[in-house]
Amino acid sequence: MGVSETRLGARVELDGLCKYYGDFVAADAVSLDIQAGEFMTFLGPSGSGKSTTLMMIAGFTIPSAGDVRLDGSSIISQPVHTRNVGMVFQNYALFPHLSVERNVAFPLEMRKVPRNEIAERVKRALELVRLDGFAERRPKQLSGGQQQRVALARAMVFEPPVLLLDEPLGALDAKLREEMKFELKQLHHKVGATILFVTHDQEEALTLSDRIAVFNGGRLAQVGSPDALYNAPENRFVADFIGETNLLEGKVDAVRDGSCRVTIEGVGAMTGNLRDGFEKPTNTATYTLRLENVLLENEADGADNVFDGTIEEFLFVGNARKYLIRLSPNLTITARVSTQRQSNGLNPGTNIRVGWNTADMLLVDAK
Amino acid sequence: MDLTANALNADEFRRLNRREQWVQMNFLVPCLLFLVLFFFVPLAMFLSNAFFDPGFTLEHFEKAFTRPLYMKTLVKTLKLSLTTTIVCVILAYPVAFVITHTSGKVKTAILILVLIPFWTNILVRMFAWLAILGRNGVINSNLIAIGAIDEPISLLYNYFAVVLGMTHYMLPFMILPIYSVMAAIPANLTDAAANLGATPFRAFLRVFLPLSLPGVGAGCLLVFILSLGFFITPALMGGAKDTMFAQIIEIQINQMLNWGFAAALSTILLVLTIILYLIYDRLLGVDRIYGKEGH
Repeated sequence: MGVSETRLGARVELDGLCKYYGDFVAADAVSLDIQAGEFMTFLGPSGSGKSTTLMMIAGFTIPSAGDVRLDGSSIISQPVHTRNVGMVFQNYALFPHLSVERNVAFPLEMRKVPRNEIAERVKRALELVRLDGFAERRPKQLSGGQQQRVALARAMVFEPPVLLLDEPLGALDAKLREEMKFELKQLHHKVGATILFVTHDQEEALTLSDRIAVFNGGRLAQVGSPDALYNAPENRFVADFIGETNLLEGKVDAVRDGSCRVTIEGVGAMTGNLRDGFEKPTNTATYTLRLENVLLENEADGADNVFDGTIEEFLFVGNARKYLIRLSPNLTITARVSTQRQSNGLNPGTNIRVGWNTADMLLVDAK
Repeated sequence: MDLTANALNADEFRRLNRREQWVQMNFLVPCLLFLVLFFFVPLAMFLSNAFFDPGFTLEHFEKAFTRPLYMKTLVKTLKLSLTTTIVCVILAYPVAFVITHTSGKVKTAILILVLIPFWTNILVRMFAWLAILGRNGVINSNLIAIGAIDEPISLLYNYFAVVLGMTHYMLPFMILPIYSVMAAIPANLTDAAANLGATPFRAFLRVFLPLSLPGVGAGCLLVFILSLGFFITPALMGGAKDTMFAQIIEIQINQMLNWGFAAALSTILLVLTIILYLIYDRLLGVDRIYGKEGH
């Protein structure tokens, strides 16, 4: 975990946080224990409660119930300006009338830090985000990526134990976003603060986080490492939201110890795994099957489940090809084959064998 | 070969651009024609009276600058304009602040309360004040009725009444520019200030107030310049001592029939207004009023 030797971070505990707007439930009993120095991402579609939860931690939104604790002590009754929690706003919220230097000096001036110390710390913060030499500029004279870094410097200069980042990469173009991901990761290692990062972009979440909390409809759908969320989703929502996947729904024929035999109409019978902690399906079962686990042609030969299909469409995505394969009049699945594994593309209309293994067919919903 | 082709293209583009600009400029013609015919030409004809009477002369200006009455009146007018502007700022800023920070029906209600007087004829508003402040007006009759005073006190025809009437008239001109600038300040800036450790008061002082100042400047310029040439309120609500510059011009035209002298006084007021505008532009930049970004 990204805890640096200075260990500035604080443990953040969310205890049954709720927020209601009339009948609308924005956040429903959100409980999380975030370790000191951890990079935790709140991931979810818009309106899922991730931003509301962040705003309750910052103090901009007053919770309907629940508690927020930093290193064990509650901050729920503290006003925003005494919480000592750094935040980078969605559109940076830089003060347009102040220079970069004065923007970064602002939190130190509010804390009545002596002048010469302010100058020193501002200089260091700007060096940290590689903006030395831009001190005199106004925010409007900077590019989006530079503004973003000023906002980071301003949020970190007073060394808050917790940093809140509200979709900070959303306004940047794709290339800059990739660069900033590395910078964020490096900064996290350097400053050691606990980082709570809000995003709706699953790729950002997977690459940056120590752990991810997936929000859906105001509730936590799953909390875990990027690896766990991707490879062992606990429910249909997480499976569908994180990464690309095929969701297969079938009628349950038989349930044995480790697997379940299901039939998909028009395709045939297949075996999917049964995971601990899931109720045993009796009627229907929904499985997730990752795109890269769909095997084609020769590779499909040894698989547990093999069917015939027809290539309907294919997309070239650089390092891989994606195929849309029709298995039955009602069912298509998508496969992703890396260009290394298979150098020649298959053309639409080709009949092929399609297969996958029981272990890759993960149960995510059972009735 | 390529270079020549590009050069030709660039020329072509410039020509097309010029043509587009020329076409757009034509949209200005009707308004321009109207202003020139019915405003600039009559204005120039009138102001020329100050210099030609009938031959070229500067005697009207000499009179205006040497007789103490006229310069004193000008100073008095400047003072009244300044007082009105200051009172308006003090009253308008909080109102604009509240309008900015409310929403829905409350916001609409306050805006309507600001705008209704704005749309009401000035004579109606002045006569309303006469009815309120007069010897037998609402205030005096009530004060007598409750026994606070025996004789009606004179609330009208003095400096106080003029400032009151002027302030009442000018308030929307102050509130609206301030509000429009405040409304454009992103709400999350104050949030950011709070998050960075600023108390609400310091967040206001360090972030909101400086960002709202262009609106204050615009409102002040507007109110001050409008006040300089204001006529009706001092005439109806002021006493003899409160005669303002515009009234003197009116007297010269309507009673003295001295068009030459009136034109000279008008020229002085016009030049003064233009100077004030230019000073403001130098100090704060007039284009900031229209929402352009000054560097």
